[in-house]
Amino acid sequence: MRSAPIVAVLLLRATPLVAQSDLPPAPYADTQIADPAKEAEAKALMETLRCLVCQGQSIADSDADMAGDMRALVRSRIAAGESADEVRAWLVERYGEWVSYEPPVSPLTWPLWAAPLALVILGLFLARGRFKRRRR
Amino acid sequence: MIAEAGLAALWIAAALSLLQLSFAATSLRGAPLGDAVRPVAVAQGIAAALSFGCLTLLFLQTDLSVLLVAQNSHSAKPWLYKFAGTWGNHEGSMLLWVTVLAIAGGAVAMFERRLAGSTLTATLAAQAAISLGFYAFLLFASNPFERLDPAPSQGMGLNPLLQDPGLAFHPPTLYLGYVGISVAFSFAVGALITRDVGPAFARAMRPWVLGAWTLLTIGITAGSYWAYYELGWGGWWFWDPVENASLMPWLAATALLHSVTVLATRDGLRAWTLMLAVVAFSMSMIGTFLVRSGILTSVHSFAVDPGRGAFILALLGLYIGGALLLFALRVSTVREGTTFDPVSREGALVANNLLLSAILGIVFVGTLYPLGVEAVTGEKLSVGPPYFNTATGPLALLLVLIMGAGALIRWRRDRVAAVTKRMAVPLGLSALTFIALLIFAPGIGILPRLGLTLSTGIGAASLAPLWGRNLRRTPLAIWGMVVAHFGVAVCLGGMGSDSAFTVERLAAVRLGEPVDVGPFTLRLRSVEPIAGPNWTALEGQVEVREGSSRFVLRPQARTFTAPPTDTSEAAIATRAGGQLYAVLGRQNEDGRWQLRLWWKPLVTLIWLGGALVALGGLLALIGRLRRENRRRDYQS
Repeated sequence: MRSAPIVAVLLLRATPLVAQSDLPPAPYADTQIADPAKEAEAKALMETLRCLVCQGQSIADSDADMAGDMRALVRSRIAAGESADEVRAWLVERYGEWVSYEPPVSPLTWPLWAAPLALVILGLFLARGRFKRRRR
Repeated sequence: MIAEAGLAALWIAAALSLLQLSFAATSLRGAPLGDAVRPVAVAQGIAAALSFGCLTLLFLQTDLSVLLVAQNSHSAKPWLYKFAGTWGNHEGSMLLWVTVLAIAGGAVAMFERRLAGSTLTATLAAQAAISLGFYAFLLFASNPFERLDPAPSQGMGLNPLLQDPGLAFHPPTLYLGYVGISVAFSFAVGALITRDVGPAFARAMRPWVLGAWTLLTIGITAGSYWAYYELGWGGWWFWDPVENASLMPWLAATALLHSVTVLATRDGLRAWTLMLAVVAFSMSMIGTFLVRSGILTSVHSFAVDPGRGAFILALLGLYIGGALLLFALRVSTVREGTTFDPVSREGALVANNLLLSAILGIVFVGTLYPLGVEAVTGEKLSVGPPYFNTATGPLALLLVLIMGAGALIRWRRDRVAAVTKRMAVPLGLSALTFIALLIFAPGIGILPRLGLTLSTGIGAASLAPLWGRNLRRTPLAIWGMVVAHFGVAVCLGGMGSDSAFTVERLAAVRLGEPVDVGPFTLRLRSVEPIAGPNWTALEGQVEVREGSSRFVLRPQARTFTAPPTDTSEAAIATRAGGQLYAVLGRQNEDGRWQLRLWWKPLVTLIWLGGALVALGGLLALIGRLRRENRRRDYQS
């Protein structure tokens, strides 16, 4: 898991920016899938994947070359029939959880997912004393 | 010379804040120094403003013998960005922060006449204590006036993403709001010290909260629109930690605004209101820490320096911890006040506070969770839109529903049947919207569907308090509430429509080749090189046809020289039904040009709604101040 940022840095090092922009853009980096349903699925997935070399942007809205490569990868896998979850799992295996904006459900994130419910219950508990019993 | 004068003014301001703190503290213990606190607070505000004025002058002159200017400016920049570049860097933005703090304190000293004398003195003591810490941060860890010898022949320039008129508006308004909330914080601390909490205190606090909240609303709305047109991908909110850092104080301030109304009207929620005031400014400081410490990488974090982060963290611990300790010690002496009937205006306002606080808590947990996990286990994970939308979406929709109904419920006690009857037309409207969406847009997501459904009905419900009133005699405060609530419904409609109906088209086109998006047909006619003051660009001429009408869009791909960066300047056409958004991408090796096109129906409503919310705040503020003045005239 710790290797995720290192991988990102290596990828950056391995492809100097100048050389990169001379390469033809990967197919599907900025080309939509012909099937609108699959394109919508890919788009929804891309919006929840982190561009690893950017400052808090998803790969769906980044100009970085690496984001383009990742978009191409997502689109080609979705077009080939893989599900969004499979593609996400594949990317997480490669780059770590950092790449996915959707936190996994694991013992590490139970408090995170339980927080909304806990906060609402706590709020109701606190508000309870502010009301008087209704007499009819 | 100017740099030294600026530094001297900053030292003087710091010394004055120390003086203000000691005068106020001794006068609270009985020394006859109370009258001196106000002039000192005003002088402190002036000194800080002078210091900031000096830094602005240095940036306007591009004085490269000053380190900060050399690192962040360039003589070829247009003057607007030289001016706004003053706060486009770490030191300058912190100086702006503390200047706003000092001016806010000075304004309290000059204009606040409603607050009891000793509470005002305690308030100014708290304000001085906060500014003292941030002066120390500037003077010892972030001196903006440091010289550079020898001076370089040219500066390093400003991040091109920031070279936009947005830089002139977004940070100052956001900071005015962010730091304006400090006044509420200091009021709360002052009231805790003197134990004087009641309707009079709430009426004194309300205009300050309204003003800060209005500016915060403008700052966030402006920032969202700036990101939307500048980043070139049509997004307007990404739950990025820095966005959350501005949202959290807004959520707390919104809750505070409503609880202070309950305190002023019904003398209830005393302790809760004090707590919210403490939380609201704590969120401002935590936001400053998150953005300025370099913990987060973003266009907002200018310098990564762990030492500075530790300094701000220590200040945070001191102020938030101190305020919470004071609260814990004194809260038992502050009675909570009246209790409420569940079906009443104040009941709805409690529900509003509960939901806003829960949403605030979720955003807080979600923003800090990855930092905590990384600190403890070393694992990096991301918490983004999927979490925030799922967790806050349903609560936000419920909040909007209560907002619409709440303004139609009577104070003290009401009947469920009567409220339902008053809500009949809005609920009917929402039902019609729901059915229409089922028929015409069966495939859209659940949150946009519910958002659109609510927006129509709640939009109508927001206007309902005006029903049957003489509009010319309706108090401005009521107008303010109506306009702000209507703005929320408008904004929700825009968000729902953008998520549900946006059409995206990515195309590689030859010159003259038609491409369709939404109701438009576009043709790229030419791509020409052009030059600006400190950039060169390729500008595309895109001819757009919509039925019989025709217009031209000019998206640019810009290259800045200092620092060398490529940006894309989107071309946006605002139509009655939404916005057409066009970005010029690269040229493929076969000679075709990449175009990214979006048709975003009703997206404009998001920022129009935000502007209405801010306008509502402004109307309410004017209304409250006018009423106060009239009351004072009547009494004297």
